Amino acid sequence: MGKYKDNCCINCSDEDRAKYEEIAKVIDSYKGKQGSLIMVLHAAQGIYGYLPLELQQFIADRMGIPFSEVYGVVSFYAFFTTKERGRHVVRVCLGTACYVKGAQKLIDSLTDKFQIAVGDVTADKKFTIEAARCIGACGLAPAVMVDDDVHKEVSPATLYDILDQYE
Amino acid sequence: MKITSINDLNQIKADYEAAMGKYHHKVLLCSGAGCISCNCSKVRDAIEAELANLGLADGVKMIETGCIGTCAEGPVMLILPERIFYVRVTPENVGEILKSQIIDGVVVEKQTFQDKTTKQYIPCIDDIPFFKEQVRIALRNCGNIEYKSLEAYIANGGYYAAYKALTSMQPADVVKEVLDSGLRGRGGAGFPTGKKWSLIGPGDQKYIVCNADEGDPGAFMDRSVIEGDPHNLIEGMMLAGYAIGATQGYVYIRAEYPIAVERLNDAIAQAREAGLLGGNVFGTDFKFDLEIRIGAGAFVCGEETALLSSIEGKRGEPRPKPPFPAVSGLYGKPTIINNVETLANIAYIVGNGAAEYSKYGCEGATGTKVFALAGDIMNTGIIEVPIGTTMRKVIYEIGGGMQGGKKFKAAQVGGPSGGCITAENIDVELEYTALQKLGAIMGSGGLIAMNENTCMVDTARFFTDFTQDESCGKCTACRIGTKRMLEILERITKGEGQPEDIDTLYNLGQVVKDAALCGLGQTAPNPVLSTIANFRDEYEAHINEKRCPAGICKELTVFEIQADKCIGCTKCARNCPVGAISGNVKEPHVIDPAKCTGCGVCRDNCSFAAIVPAKRER
Repeated sequence: MGKYKDNCCINCSDEDRAKYEEIAKVIDSYKGKQGSLIMVLHAAQGIYGYLPLELQQFIADRMGIPFSEVYGVVSFYAFFTTKERGRHVVRVCLGTACYVKGAQKLIDSLTDKFQIAVGDVTADKKFTIEAARCIGACGLAPAVMVDDDVHKEVSPATLYDILDQYE
Repeated sequence: MKITSINDLNQIKADYEAAMGKYHHKVLLCSGAGCISCNCSKVRDAIEAELANLGLADGVKMIETGCIGTCAEGPVMLILPERIFYVRVTPENVGEILKSQIIDGVVVEKQTFQDKTTKQYIPCIDDIPFFKEQVRIALRNCGNIEYKSLEAYIANGGYYAAYKALTSMQPADVVKEVLDSGLRGRGGAGFPTGKKWSLIGPGDQKYIVCNADEGDPGAFMDRSVIEGDPHNLIEGMMLAGYAIGATQGYVYIRAEYPIAVERLNDAIAQAREAGLLGGNVFGTDFKFDLEIRIGAGAFVCGEETALLSSIEGKRGEPRPKPPFPAVSGLYGKPTIINNVETLANIAYIVGNGAAEYSKYGCEGATGTKVFALAGDIMNTGIIEVPIGTTMRKVIYEIGGGMQGGKKFKAAQVGGPSGGCITAENIDVELEYTALQKLGAIMGSGGLIAMNENTCMVDTARFFTDFTQDESCGKCTACRIGTKRMLEILERITKGEGQPEDIDTLYNLGQVVKDAALCGLGQTAPNPVLSTIANFRDEYEAHINEKRCPAGICKELTVFEIQADKCIGCTKCARNCPVGAISGNVKEPHVIDPAKCTGCGVCRDNCSFAAIVPAKRER
């Protein structure tokens, strides 16, 4: 634990330090419970936004498990990301129903407009663009999820009106 | 209050009914995931405000329910006791509907459900074909009761089955009842549930796990059950726990379903508070508790052994079987894993008896099955029908036929593990054996209808892309086999297919099927093998003629306007993203093949079916 001062690295900003503090509390609340790594990572990503290597190392140390185990889990699951994210995550559903109803056109439009690849963040750090596996809104296809909101029957024409609602 | 006896259940039921009896009308507002995405919360606020405005607040009760079923028509609302079903309700029009329906007794017809084929409005929910043909057992409370109310669940007979089992049945009796009902696992493989329970191995600690990792694209049944009737799942798990001797249950829900997690969490807290979870349930020495575990976006975790690894907080990689989880499962202890829909049937079976359940369905497959209808079908949403109902009935009567009057080409049943059912087999009974004979599977119940504008090679490519991406990489057959299959399919859809590709795909598919470790890999080639079997001509057109008959594969397609059908409305020219379409108003338009990217926007927008795909000259 020598690398950390108040749970965070020496050079961290106060904001980061507060976040690490919060994550440390979550880890401690799971202490002694079997199989809690995934739940901890969910909470950590919720607090920090993403899971950079330093944070993974911190979680490993605090939980007393090897770093490789944490990294192995982070890299296995699509929900966990090691890249910084935009303020909002736009998930275009590419489930079968949405695909059949033209969701690929939404992806093409977004990557073309923002000139980024799927998984990247826009230049203004506002949106991270992701392709989601089925989000279970098949009756509303094609569906786009912005953060936790599901938007239905989206077309390239209506997509940007939706995105404009987000700051 | 703590519930410890049948009297407590009866009291809660009586109190709830008395409270509801005070109201002359009820407004059931769907708060399923579909309707939430259409802002049903704003409609809810508007209903509350309007009821107060109209002076109806004391006589009308608004109830937020789980998914009623017709997801594309949301937000939807049902007014009782007249049973008038209103669709596409908005904060703006809800006041008029409430006033007209409740005060004046006049149906606002234009806001009711419309049969898109006959253009007729069908105000009463019981007359709508979508609902009329259904038998709802797993979904019996879904859309009928307030999802967040334990009292409402009890008033509709909830937790009576648990009381009955705990106080008057031995665990073996519960297993026998489920065995006699003929219930088979609804997650895909269809293994008899009672049989599975009877295989539980000996041990000091046993677990019951609910698989709510509903990852098949096109499936949203489990989500509807959890969000609309969470106590039904809890009671099902209690009964399963009692039957197999488990004191701890886990519900593994995918992270993509935050609303389901939230509602189930609330329901578990209610059940604990009422003493229905924890120790000494109903004054017996039965002890049982539940915990939720959230997935993290890995399709393979729907496979039971991978799911167990994931609950343990590890990478979700499958393990070889045997040993089966019933002997050595979670943390090496005997574990039974059941799917949400399976568990949603248990309380009904135990409460009403096996015979009552098995009167539905067909030989070898009793009961009902929930399907999620999606794709190019008129009425998308959630339905529950007796097993053995024909696909024709589901697509044309319940589903209302294909959108835009287009032709039915095929339906994908069983998601990426399943296969397609073609138009000539549309009279197939939706039942385990019959579907298997046609190269599909019952699967978890996703049913995606595809119209004539769907390219089956591209569909196979899509599913293979999915399974290849979701392959965990542990076994070679799946990791490399699906990758090679995908490469071949991509080549074919780009017009670079070789004549031997079909045979190579077929052989590779057989190898992956035989050699893969888990269910994901073993079923991954199904969409490819099934489309080759049913649509070999499309593969041949792509490979030999470099042509995509459906006009989906962009590299092979340009669009043409049929001059005799074009009336010169200019819509296509206005919508073309690359300005490839020219022509004067009221004269047939022309597409410049050099500019056309084959995106198909013009065809999608043409109201006169004047635009058809043609071969791209290379």
